[in-house]
Order: sequence, then structure tokens, then C-alpha cells
Amino acid sequence: MTVTSVRTPRSSPPSIALIVVAAVLAAVLLVPLGYVVSVVADVGWGTLEPLIFRPRVGELLVNTVLLVVLGVPLTVLLGVGGAWLVERTTLPGRRFWAIVLVAPLAIPAFVSSYGWASAVPSIHGLSGGLLVAVLAYYPLVYLPALATLRGLDPALEESARSLGLGSWAVFARVVLPQLRLAILGGGLIVALHLLAEYGAFAFIRFDTFTTAIVVQYQSTFAGPAAGALGVVLSVLCLTLLVGEAAARGRARYARVGSGAVRAAVPVRLGTLTAPALLALTALGAAAVGVPLASVVRWLAHGSSWSQPELPSALTQTVLLAGGGAIAAMLVALPLAWLTARHPGPLARLLEGSSYVAASLPAIIVALALVTVTLRVLPGLYQTAFTVVLAYVMIFLPRALVPLRAGIAQAPVALEEMARSLGYPPLLARLRVTVPLLVPSLAAGAALAGLGAANELTATLLLAPTGTRTLATQFWSQASAIDYPAAAPYAVALILLSVPAVALMYAQSRRWGAR
Amino acid sequence: MTRRRSRAVLAAGLAASVLGLTACSDDAETDPVAAASDDTLVVYNAQHEQLTEEWAEAFTEETGIEVVLRNGNDSELGNQLVQEGDDSRADVFLTENSPAISLVENAGLLAPVDQATLDQVPEQYRPASGLWTGIAARSTVFVYNPDELTEAELPASIMDLADPSWQGRWGGAPGGADFQAIVSAILDLEGPDATSAWLDGMKDNATVYQNNIATMKAVNAGEVPGGIIYHYYWFRDQDGTKENSGNTELHFFGNQDPGAFVSVSGGGVLASSENQDAAQQFLAFLTGTTGQEILGTGYSMEYPVASGVAANPALPALDSLQAPAVDPSNLNSVEVTDLMTDAGLL
Repeated sequence: MTVTSVRTPRSSPPSIALIVVAAVLAAVLLVPLGYVVSVVADVGWGTLEPLIFRPRVGELLVNTVLLVVLGVPLTVLLGVGGAWLVERTTLPGRRFWAIVLVAPLAIPAFVSSYGWASAVPSIHGLSGGLLVAVLAYYPLVYLPALATLRGLDPALEESARSLGLGSWAVFARVVLPQLRLAILGGGLIVALHLLAEYGAFAFIRFDTFTTAIVVQYQSTFAGPAAGALGVVLSVLCLTLLVGEAAARGRARYARVGSGAVRAAVPVRLGTLTAPALLALTALGAAAVGVPLASVVRWLAHGSSWSQPELPSALTQTVLLAGGGAIAAMLVALPLAWLTARHPGPLARLLEGSSYVAASLPAIIVALALVTVTLRVLPGLYQTAFTVVLAYVMIFLPRALVPLRAGIAQAPVALEEMARSLGYPPLLARLRVTVPLLVPSLAAGAALAGLGAANELTATLLLAPTGTRTLATQFWSQASAIDYPAAAPYAVALILLSVPAVALMYAQSRRWGAR
Repeated sequence: MTRRRSRAVLAAGLAASVLGLTACSDDAETDPVAAASDDTLVVYNAQHEQLTEEWAEAFTEETGIEVVLRNGNDSELGNQLVQEGDDSRADVFLTENSPAISLVENAGLLAPVDQATLDQVPEQYRPASGLWTGIAARSTVFVYNPDELTEAELPASIMDLADPSWQGRWGGAPGGADFQAIVSAILDLEGPDATSAWLDGMKDNATVYQNNIATMKAVNAGEVPGGIIYHYYWFRDQDGTKENSGNTELHFFGNQDPGAFVSVSGGGVLASSENQDAAQQFLAFLTGTTGQEILGTGYSMEYPVASGVAANPALPALDSLQAPAVDPSNLNSVEVTDLMTDAGLL
């Protein structure tokens, strides 16, 4: 079987039912964006203008923009640098370091912030926010960079070398341009995370739009001032999304030619080995060591494990996040099917709207759902359904990306073969295609579910009365400065995240090796 | 053929998603309110979780009535109740400070409190309307680090803290309902212009913390010389490990200063509640001897206000604090958040 026959989808027109379902789902996903637009329309520009053009918004804008402008390049530097060291050099213990570098992903940013705040109590403001956020989020660049480096054909670099370029020049002029998609994509995800993060920044007194919206919400519920800040935040997110799409360009990165890619010859680090090891050790200590040491220190505090709420918080987290994971897969399935099997303007539109929806921070999604369920669908107000819906809106891309890849890789020909052997179409699909999708369904569900298990802002605003999740319990203890009581929840959150991180790591290696 | 195939898969997928989603929404374990019997009392709780849990446990033990809490911040839950209106599932609303419950009262959402309950509470701790009642009280204090501030340097009035000489020398938590209640007292006593000017001064001078405990912790660590908090955070920590207050002292403003403001925590029954009886019983319990003794002897360190129950002996007597006379129903939370938003503190 050639690569072409696997990849090329049949461009038959999609069924009306598929289009209707996908369009309805995409419309539901756009509710938060609709909320932002309706705030502007409802409240009116007259009320909104003084709430937007005031010095406080200026301060928040400076903080938030600086955070992104400084934070993203730092994560790119750490992510790409780390990936290059473990993938392309003679660094001793490369496999070990490859895992150390991805480990911070298993520590939710607000747990890391708690760890740093208890180790260095004076940490605060932009520098503190940058430190915590960069350490928590650089793996989001590291993983795609690792996958890309692994898949690069060394022949290009060898040609450049034979034409007289030195090692650094080869890296800058040949390797780096090929990492463009990984850097842009990873950078975008980091930037959106920075804009959406609440807990990590609130904890160390760094004000961004998201933390200010939560404070406004706590002072006025879903009032116009919270909405006004939400409008500005949404504009920032959408600007990033459009900017990234424009910066991608139309260049093609696929390798053409026959045969398999050879393994690259590792660059000799020589005298740079010691500094490189030192840098990686420092990074690992700061990103993983400090938060874990703090958690362990508070656990040793004795009273820490007498948390009667822990088992019920664990159950409720698993139920809500599990519901979120299943629902996200069910929503992703028709959207992914449409884009993978029936590509065209319609598919692009629907897919685009799902990414626009997911780029809005959890706080906006939560404000939108509070408002909509309260005013339009009171039956859904403060129900687990609404929490699950919020999780779908926030974490859909995590489900969509692996699923779409899975569908694209499932050969249509196999299904057709089954039908030619007498299976009815539905049975053919269930027996042949669905089993092929199991790994990508599982991957997507795990990633979405683990995102949901760590979710704080939307859960705080939307959860049914009496519901406590690990994240909300952690937050309530940690913000009351009861550090020992928060520690067991931190451990549970970290342990729950480990499988998803292992999965992401395995995936990045597999994609790279493809 | 393709069309039929897609449709079939889609129908199956859609059916599965509907099933999946309804399964989630019916999930009793994640929705205690839906799971609980109709008699369960839903309390929108802005008081400290730990305190209300102590109350709820003792109440359930006495009456057999189960209680679930929706925890939040005063203004958040107050505004939420107003937006929910008659559809609210809340039976009882408990606050830390009175402005949020006045907000709900002014929206016409509260049912009159039983006369027998009101009779347990002295008049100065409840509004004349009888639509809610005080359940506890707390005093504003200035916590300071004696290494950074001598007694002579202490502010005579909370209003002094807006003076440029206090730049970078005090902290507070303007995002919290406690601080907003203190501002509402300043507004009531000094008027909007003075309040606005004071808030501008605060914006220039104060370090902003997430809450009272974080403020106290920073003062204790010497990050900032002083801070505005409520008294009980300090007494609780002193009673326990002293980890966050060991290096600090309290300064009570006294002298009827706005900074000596004693804030009344409120409790009310929602008019829309279908559980009026149990809700009234709960308020009667809170203001009765058992409920108030939990304040006097438990972890809370807040002041009891009813049934003649004495405060924890570690606290200075409530009537010795020279608090300014503020009618709790006059405190206005909406104007306060507007003024604080204008000052750039929110």
C-alpha cells in the first residue's frame, strides 16, 4: 500500500445529516463568542466604553501583553533548546533528560505556583508570574519540537554543510526554519494558556485580565465590568489565533523523495557538555524539584492527610472529567469525520469555528454559560451537564487533533473491501474503521479528561451546589494559606496527570518517527 | 451509498452523544442537590466554610435536616441570588458582611424572619425591616509588624492610610468582600467624595493581596509594615501555630473611627424557598444558644451577637471597641464596587 492511497480522502460530498449535526455542534461551541458579542450589544457601548478605557484596563493590558511577549520566546528557547539537546547531541543520559524535560506538564500550573510561593514567599508580580508560567508551559513547545526534530531528514543539513555552512549556521538556516510550525503552534498554545491562567497568577499577586475578571465576578457576579474585561481578553485571544495562522505561511515542510529518513549524526557537545548538563539540571530543579519538594514538605506536616473530603473530591473529579472526556469525543467525532473524509470549505469553516471557540479562556466560557443557562435555559443552570459542556468547549481541540489524524490514517479501502465482501455499510464501518480509531479515541479522551480534571475557573463558577473537585478543594485550601491541607490534593492532581503526560510524550515520539 | 453510510454512523453517534450527555447530567453523585431529598436545606454560604460546616453538623444532629452548602464570596452569591430571582434553589443565605444581604433584601427576595428568632438578637445587630438578622460580628483591625512600625507611628484613623506618607507601607485585599464592607462603612460615614479620595490614595499606597490571610502573612514576613484585616484571622492564628502572625500585633482604631467598623454577618431566608420551615429553624438555631456558642468556643473567633452568649475570652469585649454607629441596612455594595472599579482597585 502506498502512502498516497492511505492519505487521500475520497472527496465525496458529505451527507446532509452529517452537515446538520456538525453545524449544530459548531453553533453550540460558538456560544461563548456569541456571549462576548452580546455583552457589547446588550450593555451598549456607552456603558462599556468607560469600563474598557480606564487606567486599570491599561495596567492589565501591560501586564498581560508583557507576559505573552516575554513568556512565549522564553518557552520557545527552553523548549527548542531542550529538544535539540536531547535529540541531536551527544549529551549523556539523553533518554533520562528527554523525560525530565516533559515532566513539568504533569504539575498543574497553580500547583507549581503554590510550590514556589511556599518555597519563596516573596515571589510576586510579573517576574514571579513569568517564572512560574514559563516553567509550567515550556513543554508545550518542547513536545512538538522534539517530534519535528526526530522526523527531519539529516540530508538537508548535510547538503548545507557541504556547501560550507558551520554547525550554528546550519541550525539557524536549515533546522530552525523547519521547526517553524512546531514553534508557532506550540507558541500559540502557550500564549493562550498564559491568557487563560487564573490560579497560578492569583496565587502570587500577578494581575492579568483573567484574574481581574474573576475578582470582578466575585464582586458583582456576571456584571457588565466583568463582561467588558472579557471583551478585551477575547479580542487578545482571537488576535493571537489569526496572527499565528498568518505567520504559518504557505511553505511546505514534507519530505519528498524515496526511501526512509536516516538517523541524524549527533552533534558533539565536547566542552559544552558540562554547561548543558548544568542548565538541564537547573531547569529540572526549578520546574519539577521546587514544586515537588514543597508538596512533600507540607505532606510531612502531619495533619495534612486528615482530609475527609479527599475521597469524595476524587470521585467527583473523575465523574465530571470522565463525562467531559466522553462528551468531547462524541462532539469531536462528527467534526473530525467531516474534516478528514470530506474536506472542503464547509469542513474548514466548521473546524475553524471549533478552534475559535476553544481559544477563548475558561473564564469567558464560564461567564457565558452562567449567563445563558440562567437567562435562557434555567433547567441546566448549576448542573453537571453545564460543567461537562464547558469542559467540551475548553478541551475540544485535545480530542479533535488525535481523532482527525486517526480517521485520516484509517484506509477507506479497508472499509470498502469489507463492503465488497457483503457487509452492510454501517456494519463495515463498525467492524473495520471503528476498531482502527480506538487508539486515537483513547488518546483524545485521555488528554481532554485530564485537562478537565485540572480545570479550576469554569469548575468554580459552574459546579452544582455542594460539588468539590480536587482542583477546587486544592484552591480553597491553598488560598486560605492552609498549605498542609492543600498538599494531598496537589499529590492527587499530579498523580492523575502523569498518564496523560506519558501519553503525550509517547505520541510525540511516534509522530516524529513516522 | 456514502450518504446512507454517513447517515447511519451519524445517527448512531448522535444517539450515543445524547445518551452520554444525559447520563452525565443525571449523575446523582456529582449533583448532591438533585440527589438529596426535597427536605435538604440549600445554603448559599459566604461565611467561612469551616464555621458553617460546624453549624450545619450541629443543626443536622439536632433536627435531622440535611444541609448542603454552595460556597462563594458575599457579593458573588448576593448578585447571583439577585440574578437567579425566584428560580433560585437557595433556601438560606449567610454572609460574612451585611452589604450583600442588603442587596438581596432590596431586590425583594427575602422572607420575614420569625419574630422569635429576631427576639434573640439585640436591635443594633439586625435591620429594622426584620427581613434578615445578624448572626455574628467581626471588627476591623490594623495588623502591623512592630519591627517595621513603632506604636507612635500607628495611624490614628483608617483615613490616614490614604496619605502619601503611607505609600508602600500597608496592604489589603480590595477584591474581598470583607474589605469592600469596610469601604461601605467609610462611604456611609464619610460620604462618596471622601471615599473616592481615600480609594485613590489606597490605589497609590497599598500593596494588594488576595485575601486577609495573605495580607497578614505578608505583614508577618516583613514584606509590608501593616495591613487592614478583620480581627479573627489574627486570633485564630495566635490560637494555633502563630505561623502567619507570630511577629505581628493588632491595632484597634477605636474612637468611632470608620476603621473601628464592626461588620455584621447576616442570615436570611429566601422568599422563593419551598423549605420555609426548615430554613427558619436554621436561622433560629444559628442565633440560639447552641449556634452562638459555636462562635464563642469554636474555631471561628468571630463575635457572637445573640442569645447573650459571651465571646471567646481571648477577644477584647465587643462593646469596648468604640465602633462607629452604622446601620447595617444602609451599607451599599453596588456603589462600593463602582467606586472601587473607578479607582482601579477592581
